[in-house]
Amino acid sequence: MIDQPLKLRETIAYGLIGLGLFLGIWTLLSVSGWIPRQFLPAPLDVITRFVALLTTPFAGATLPQHLLSSFQRYLCGMLLAAIVGIPLGLLMGRFRLLDDILSPIFEGLRFIAPIAWVPFAALWFGTGIGGPVMIIFAGAFPPCLINSYRGARFVDPHLVEASQMLGTGHLRAIVEVLLPASVPSIVAGLRVAAGLGWQSLVGAELIVAASGVGFMMVQAQANVSTPTVMAGMIAIGIAGMLIDVLLRHGEAMIRRRRGL
Amino acid sequence: MIGRRRTAIGFATLAILILLWFALTTWTGIVSAGRFPRPADFWFSLVQITTRGYAGGELFTHALHSLVLVVVGFSVAVTTGVPLGLWMGWNRRAEAAVNPVFLIIRPIPPLACIPLAILWLGLGDAAKIMVIWFAAFVPSVINSFSGVRTIERPIIEAARMLGTPPWRFVAEILVPAAAPMIFTGLRLSLQAAWTTLVAAELVGALVGLGLVLNMAQQDIYPGMILVGMLAVGVLGFATTWLLGGVERRALAWNMAAER
Repeated sequence: MIDQPLKLRETIAYGLIGLGLFLGIWTLLSVSGWIPRQFLPAPLDVITRFVALLTTPFAGATLPQHLLSSFQRYLCGMLLAAIVGIPLGLLMGRFRLLDDILSPIFEGLRFIAPIAWVPFAALWFGTGIGGPVMIIFAGAFPPCLINSYRGARFVDPHLVEASQMLGTGHLRAIVEVLLPASVPSIVAGLRVAAGLGWQSLVGAELIVAASGVGFMMVQAQANVSTPTVMAGMIAIGIAGMLIDVLLRHGEAMIRRRRGL
Repeated sequence: MIGRRRTAIGFATLAILILLWFALTTWTGIVSAGRFPRPADFWFSLVQITTRGYAGGELFTHALHSLVLVVVGFSVAVTTGVPLGLWMGWNRRAEAAVNPVFLIIRPIPPLACIPLAILWLGLGDAAKIMVIWFAAFVPSVINSFSGVRTIERPIIEAARMLGTPPWRFVAEILVPAAAPMIFTGLRLSLQAAWTTLVAAELVGALVGLGLVLNMAQQDIYPGMILVGMLAVGVLGFATTWLLGGVERRALAWNMAAER
């Protein structure tokens, strides 16, 4: 049966037990040699490696440098997705015909995993910055589009009718009525897009790139350096979490300002 | 009427897109055949892979292999993830104990596990199943968990008052009431499973649609790239559609039970 909420003290105690078990079993498996340490390094080994990677280069650069080149690609892809996706979504929300024409196309494309664009991305834009940026775009574009579309579509009809009655042109109606009214939905979409984009970036870097955290991990895998692979996973996790926290803050701020 | 209008415009769009494809590639050559395949190239690639095979197998072999991996990985993830989510939902102690571990693991995108999986299990099927499991596990757990939490208290209290034994409580209240959320989780899991599989096969595989894509990329063979992408899309659509059918059946039963 569903119990009552635990006291804070109990929550912390059980949390520590869970965490202790997880790290304990992991350490035991590794240190005891049941699983060769080369394949399952102990948690402490991973942390040591992580710290070492901050200053010693691996696969041509230190971890912060790899992260920096990942972030550059990521920002480009995200910006592109937002710049194309949000206005297009608003336009589709405004013009029925455009909606009817484009919706089936996007519906169809939805079933192709963003990562499956890798071969064309590499062919069209190369493996430097263009290819990965296109993959990030492929991952981040749909939520940008869908959320701004939904935002524009479900704007209070009275607002739209009032603006129409007052003779507002299409451009002004989109910029001054639809856009402000759909900001909460758009921001929520951006947060989803940020997560998917980050995931796509990692995938793209694993497959086609010569720098970045994903590239570092593939190199580490080829060199059978498990601690480096795990350190890369941690770095990716932390970076992804930071991005999410930032956007969550932004979302909360916008919601507060609008009294939602 | 609106539906019919939409369908008509949809078909018109499709027709125009195909015409545009011919126009840009075959007729005018604005888009060179080295960048995007001409319809004839696409057809040639499709015939080649279905009759003579490409990347070590015919299209059917590759597609079936990918499909089986997704289904197996997805099933393993669901059978482990949904019970864990349900358990965390009704046992606060379990939630408190598992949550911190989850908080550490969750921000790591599943695709980031691919190198580790290859390191541990090689390029074969086991590594793919591990990565798919990791990707599909998280949405299953989270949504089953929130499904349990959305059950209204009076229902639970009524069951408790009537002395429902635990196993009946799980089978007749917990699972049916959480079913809509569980299915939301399954849909997300399935999508994650496909994305991860394609990525994992692109990084390294011995057979599968990802391998077709990878070989086509290395051979600079746009026709085959398009065939591979379409195959991924068709399979993704088919599995999603199948899951939707299961969901409609399961939830129809659920509604009948409620009535």
